[in-house]
Amino acid sequence: MSHHLSDFVARSAKTLPEALGLLAEPADAERGPWRPLAGGTDVMVTMAAGTLQVGRYVDIWSLDELRGITVTDETIELGALTTYTEIRNHPLLAAEFPLLGLAARETGAIAIQNRGTIGGNIANASPAADTPPALLAYDAEVELLSRSGPRTVPYSRFHSGYKQMDRRSDELITKVRLKRTPSDAPGTAVHYYRKVGTRAAQAISKVCFAAFARVEGQRLLNVRIGLGSVAPIPLRCTRTESVLLSGPVDEPLIRRAEATLAYEISPIDDVRSTSPYRRRVTLNLLREMLTRCQLR
Amino acid sequence: MKLTLTVNGTERSCDVHPLARLLDVLRRDLQLPGTKEGCGEGECGACSVFVDGKLVNSCLVPALQVAGRDVQTIESVAPSAELLDRVQQAFLHHGGAQCGICTPGMILAAKALLAEHPQPTMAEVREGLAGNLCRCTGYTKIFDSVLAAVAAEKTEGQP
Repeated sequence: MSHHLSDFVARSAKTLPEALGLLAEPADAERGPWRPLAGGTDVMVTMAAGTLQVGRYVDIWSLDELRGITVTDETIELGALTTYTEIRNHPLLAAEFPLLGLAARETGAIAIQNRGTIGGNIANASPAADTPPALLAYDAEVELLSRSGPRTVPYSRFHSGYKQMDRRSDELITKVRLKRTPSDAPGTAVHYYRKVGTRAAQAISKVCFAAFARVEGQRLLNVRIGLGSVAPIPLRCTRTESVLLSGPVDEPLIRRAEATLAYEISPIDDVRSTSPYRRRVTLNLLREMLTRCQLR
Repeated sequence: MKLTLTVNGTERSCDVHPLARLLDVLRRDLQLPGTKEGCGEGECGACSVFVDGKLVNSCLVPALQVAGRDVQTIESVAPSAELLDRVQQAFLHHGGAQCGICTPGMILAAKALLAEHPQPTMAEVREGLAGNLCRCTGYTKIFDSVLAAVAAEKTEGQP
């Protein structure tokens, strides 16, 4: 281990204002700013590996106001500490935002799903995480809170580069907000999710493809594509979406969409896969998604 | 920090770093070596325990998050020194354990599964134990053991 436990400072926040107060403290010369610690399923792994940044950690696990799923007429809000198990078990989420449950099911296994949180997953900012593509497909919003008040960021703009995100060190991710679709929205809804990895449980993905579309005849009225493991960030593919929306989805349009998608992604070679494999699979999944749309 | 928590029904205290792993607190500070360390990164499930009734990997739980909480380890599973739990008994009868390192985690994951699905299908057993790796058995005997534990209860339940 390259660091000793005594290099780290950690404290449990008893209240949300206490947590925000610590996050607002100026950065310590040696240990930097306070950083939030939720379910520990990422932080503790890097600590054991000796790669966790030496620092000060504020434990927010017991802040119940950050827990739970709230449903209103227009939105479903997930508290930042909502676990994968809670996401899997929520009937309305399964009915209206099924990609989230599918992603949660394929994240780690039961013991990880009982501890891993949606807010922690977002803040860990791994481009290989399974839930962010689903959040991109649903155009989710992230709510952050600091002592100066709340701020909402579209999730598609939250990640700006590898492990870079639109979160100030005094801000805490408090909610993820999903906009519900009115039941009289035109077209047929299609939800598509596919994680390609060596094994369903535990394995980190080689490619993760999530998409939401509304289909009418041979046209897509709306489509949003979120990808994992093919770029430095969880990637929303807006250019490919524009091509797909530009006319009836026939073979020439699909070819243009493939060419655009190949340009939009930037997969790398790493321990899990290779760039050419990821590129090929991503394009195959685009075709599978369009097949699932049953355009005619 | 001074950590106070309930372990297997008894209140325990010890002095630990707030980010010490629950796994180390149990094995080293509280002398409960039944919980095993495998990978140390949440992949293998050997260190599984229950915290407030939920199955977790104790290698990923920092000490400060179990202050005042209820922890149950493999040591709590057998009702007495003479009597094994039905899942333990089934593992014994059906060759579900070989080297034994994964066994405590397997048994606790099986108990978590049976609490949620009292009559699990093979697919549910496989999913319920997907977070627990075994390098000896090839899994078949473990899955058989879990299904046998269900069958054993059914038989016992009959008048």
